[in-house]
Amino acid sequence: MSALTKEQTEALIAEVLEVYPEKAQKDRAKHLAVNDQSIEQSKKCITSNRKSLPGVMTIRGCAYAGSKGVVWGPIKDMIHISHGPVGCGQYSRAGRRNYYVGVTGVNTFGTMNFTSDFQEKDIVFGGDKKLAKIINEIEGLFPLHKGISVQSECPIGLIGDDIEAVSKKGAAELNKPVVPVRCEGFRGVSQSLGHHIANDAIRDWVFGRDGKDVKQEFVPTPYDVSIIGDYNIGGDAWSSRILLEEMGLRVVAQWSGDGTLAEIELTPKVKLNLIHCYRSMNYIARHMEEKYNIPWIEYNFFGPTKIAESLRAIAAHFDDKIKAGAEAVIAKYQPMVDAIVAKYQPRLAGKTVMLYVGGLRPRHVIGSYEDLGMEVVGTGYEFGHGDDYDRTIKEMGNATLLYDDVTGFEFEEFVKKVKPDLVGSGIKEKYIFQKMGVPFRQMHSWDYSGPYHGYDGFAIFARDMDMTINNPCWKKLEAPWLKKPEAEVELAKAA
Amino acid sequence: MANIMIRRGGKGEYVFYLPKRDLEDSIVSMEFDTPEKWGGEIKLNNGGAYFIEPQAAPERLPYSVRAKRLDAAE
Repeated sequence: MSALTKEQTEALIAEVLEVYPEKAQKDRAKHLAVNDQSIEQSKKCITSNRKSLPGVMTIRGCAYAGSKGVVWGPIKDMIHISHGPVGCGQYSRAGRRNYYVGVTGVNTFGTMNFTSDFQEKDIVFGGDKKLAKIINEIEGLFPLHKGISVQSECPIGLIGDDIEAVSKKGAAELNKPVVPVRCEGFRGVSQSLGHHIANDAIRDWVFGRDGKDVKQEFVPTPYDVSIIGDYNIGGDAWSSRILLEEMGLRVVAQWSGDGTLAEIELTPKVKLNLIHCYRSMNYIARHMEEKYNIPWIEYNFFGPTKIAESLRAIAAHFDDKIKAGAEAVIAKYQPMVDAIVAKYQPRLAGKTVMLYVGGLRPRHVIGSYEDLGMEVVGTGYEFGHGDDYDRTIKEMGNATLLYDDVTGFEFEEFVKKVKPDLVGSGIKEKYIFQKMGVPFRQMHSWDYSGPYHGYDGFAIFARDMDMTINNPCWKKLEAPWLKKPEAEVELAKAA
Repeated sequence: MANIMIRRGGKGEYVFYLPKRDLEDSIVSMEFDTPEKWGGEIKLNNGGAYFIEPQAAPERLPYSVRAKRLDAAE
């Protein structure tokens, strides 16, 4: 479908909003916008980070999801207790595919679920004793763990348990960090506040330990960097890390995919913080900039154009050796990129995509699609803030759709009207769109594929998009007996 | 009163950050900007204005400071 004009897009938004009652219409209209690159500030065209109203189908998560699921969960050698009823931890267990190396249950605990399994009596009499008991049990059963985090679920805040006191006592007994995280699900409007709370907990309870859990002596080099906000989904952090190491940098820490407690405690010693997911970890980078004088930059490892840009921007912070290293890395992978583009671009060029994800992807993956000759015609954040949209406006074409905290209904209607060749969103949207006959990729955990970061990731990305869009199944949606006779003739010819 | 953080942007300009609201914006003008006297009324790109008690300039940025909101552009 050819690109819409600004007027057509505006008409489309108005048409979709028509079914709502007046008040809801007014509210939702603020969250939908037509992109205009001349706008400097997103808040002039789009409102974000506001509470979703009951009655519309939102796709957001909660503060617990942001803290346990995103920031803390991937730290592999710590045990993260889902403190509260059993469901929150169990239904989110291992769903995010944060890959790690290690022996699960011995020295790493990423895919396991630890919960205090609250019962009625714990709500009535408080769960502090239970938490203290769990901390001791963990030490007995899993002696190789490096620390514990207590991820509060809603009831903890409601009944007013003092998890800080229990944690302090536990930490003193174990001589390991026990971090209470006040990430009760009811806090804030989305998982975004959970990221912030988790970042603050690291600042207060892990940096405060001053590296005393690091067993080996740390010898700094001038080329120390940390990867911040890469959760190693399907191996993303690994395919990013090798590029940085090839250009001569030393990656000290991975936050937090395949990360360890020691790496996190060493991060204040690095020379530069590299931020991939700005939304979930800019807080800690800002803190480190102020307290430890470590500059930070945002980078984007999706698609060769952005990778080259980012590698050069990173190298600009270092000496000529690293700059030459960056050029060498870009040159080394160029033939591989050319081969990928030559293979997939003819099959994908001109196809349109609509995205609706969280964190960094609504703007970061645009480059990947453009490198394959595809066009992103709509994008939106589940839980983005104004600064995310500021950055997005520049990446998106004029007159494309922007939608914040889009509702199930609006998203379906937009897709019906815009008719993109591919939709990229989460698992809850996947089957709706596939049943509508629209090719779909689950872009939260790369649809069980990945990695998508780095040059190696780009090859997988291109293959995945091709096999989704050009899958023969999309031609089989019409029942054979309903097909027109001409089609039959053609079929006979082909046979 | 709110805690704000002031840092240098990519082009050497001052950048304002309000952690509580995740508000990041460039500062278009600062009333006093000398080593001895620094702060006063600051104007943001979005039209908002804040007041920092005039003080000696911080040794290095970023710098967290209490500021009073004069005019928020929401």
